[in-house]
Amino acid sequence: MIHLPILKATDRKWETDPSQAPTHDLKDEIFQLEKEGEWIVQRVPEPYFEVKTKYGRIKKIPLEKTWHHKSCGQCGHIPGYSTSIFWLNRQFGLDYHDPTNQTSCTAWNYYASATSNPEAQAAVAIRNFASAYKTGYFPLIHCGTSFGHYKEVRHALVHQPELRRKVKKIMDRLGLPFVIPEEIVHYSEWVYAMRDRIAERQVIDMSHIVATVHPACHYHKLIEEDAIYSEEIYGAQRTAIVTGTLQALGVQVKDYSTWFDCCGFGFRHILVSRDFSRSFAVQRKIEVMKEEANPDVVVTHDTGCVTTLDQSQFAAKAHGKKVGVPVMSDSQMAALAMGAHPYKVLQLHWHNTNNKPFLEKLGIDWKKKWDEFEAECEKIRKGEKAYLTWEDADA
Amino acid sequence: MEFALDLSANKYADVPYEEKERLFNEMKSDERWPHVLYGCYECGICVASCPSARFYDFSPRIIAQAAAREDVDLLYTLMNDSVWDCSQCFSCDRCPRGNSPGQIITVMREVAVRNGLQSAKEALEGYGRIIYKIMSTGTQVSPDMLQPNAFPDWGGHVNEISEHLEVWRKALPPETLHTTETGWKVDEKTLIELYLIWHMTGVMDMIEQIDEGLYMILVDVMEERLEDAGYDVTFD
Ligand code: SF4
Ligand code: SF4
Repeated sequence: MIHLPILKATDRKWETDPSQAPTHDLKDEIFQLEKEGEWIVQRVPEPYFEVKTKYGRIKKIPLEKTWHHKSCGQCGHIPGYSTSIFWLNRQFGLDYHDPTNQTSCTAWNYYASATSNPEAQAAVAIRNFASAYKTGYFPLIHCGTSFGHYKEVRHALVHQPELRRKVKKIMDRLGLPFVIPEEIVHYSEWVYAMRDRIAERQVIDMSHIVATVHPACHYHKLIEEDAIYSEEIYGAQRTAIVTGTLQALGVQVKDYSTWFDCCGFGFRHILVSRDFSRSFAVQRKIEVMKEEANPDVVVTHDTGCVTTLDQSQFAAKAHGKKVGVPVMSDSQMAALAMGAHPYKVLQLHWHNTNNKPFLEKLGIDWKKKWDEFEAECEKIRKGEKAYLTWEDADA
Repeated sequence: MEFALDLSANKYADVPYEEKERLFNEMKSDERWPHVLYGCYECGICVASCPSARFYDFSPRIIAQAAAREDVDLLYTLMNDSVWDCSQCFSCDRCPRGNSPGQIITVMREVAVRNGLQSAKEALEGYGRIIYKIMSTGTQVSPDMLQPNAFPDWGGHVNEISEHLEVWRKALPPETLHTTETGWKVDEKTLIELYLIWHMTGVMDMIEQIDEGLYMILVDVMEERLEDAGYDVTFD
């Protein structure tokens, strides 16, 4: 097989021109439907960042007043992922809301089992959006699948009047407003928009760290035009998300040939056909990364990707596969760079692949940090404290 | 080379053509169908990016081709023997014809579930606990799912997590995350609204088709909670 050197693709800068976009701008229709009284459009609160998407359109990313649409997989199994997002917000003194009036988007189940339908999926989405709207905070979506799925739902609602009518009826019966956010924003877009501010407060040098990035399928393949691209990153030939953040932190991001491949999650597969997920994650992603880039860490920005790429390495190790690379999210990497505690904040003990050599390479005394975390756990066990607080996390 | 996927017409020769046609018409009448299928160049670009095609005898091209040709027999075979292999990653959305083979598959799966096809039941075997979790609690993944017997191939760390679960959940700074049975703390009112959505959109009918036991458990849980909240709602 002939491989062209990948770097060549980035030698030329591709200017993006929204007037040449192959798709039309959905926003015109969203606001038009508002004028016609079909729904309320929740505006992105000011101040906001402006970033460029695939075809050069501008997307608004809110700085604060964000309503955190949590991810079930993150919160349930890798909770340091979401904790790091909140920690970053707190470090910058930003106003945010962590709601209890929120359900999963239910898309994981939908993509796994098909035991739902477009009407139910759209109603779940709009119920969550209505909940955000009532608080005055703007939805920031933690999960890549929720993000992609909500973009699909918005697209369908714009183009299918019958679906809109059905969902409106449901919202009326629930006594909730029919609200659509002006932008569907993924948390990693917020991290990307904040990258220079994060870098300004960086206390851990990462310039000797090599990372590979896995861009989440549902982030950049579903409604592809709504993902962030930058001429500075891969010549705008692939999404700038995560890579842009890591580069701002001084991390050396290395390329590998299977970057477009999915992680192997498969929705149904990760739960009941894990042999597929494991094989794909190891053979098409981790081993290729190891061979071509030999990274210290794999960084990604979605629930399923962190889980699959991390957890799949255990069994592969027993088979002598080339594995053993820790996997974490961009929010965890950004928090770590700013000095967050690896266990109280990043909660790395929920991850599987050994990350201690990586922490050592960063000059972090993981043993000491673990003892600090354990001491807090002991207090909880003895009933001396009910919970670990944010103050404890930074103590 | 021997293929596991038998695409010959004989495989389901005993199923009347009219039945296959009825199911095809259900797919075709779905509002999404004209937005996800525009024909097919038969170029294979979808296959090149498809993870499932690498590890299974599976091809999004064949599915798109069959759908574009309206090959009722072949679609019936694929709906039974192929669609559950898809990873729903939507890498195939790069199709130059503007198709979304992944979404064609989503529609086919929904038709299979709504009609209680045996193959769909088998594909979802062992999956019922997940459906129960998401539909009854509002969060799909919960910390207490991390049990060694559920994830034996993830190694000893799952043991460790389940051993320390209570304390490790309390050792999370965000107050909403101190839960073990749900991903985060969900309000009672939120659940009621979710159940009403399931009720109004006919999702429970799909569950009944696929797993009657699960359906009955879910109905019990939901009706009781709805009644406590003052709603007179039944799922029959
Ligand atoms: S579905 Fe699209 S990508 Fe796949 S073979 Fe047909 S035209 Fe090509
Ligand atoms: S959505 Fe399904 S058919 Fe399409 S690329 Fe992914 S696994 Fe293949």
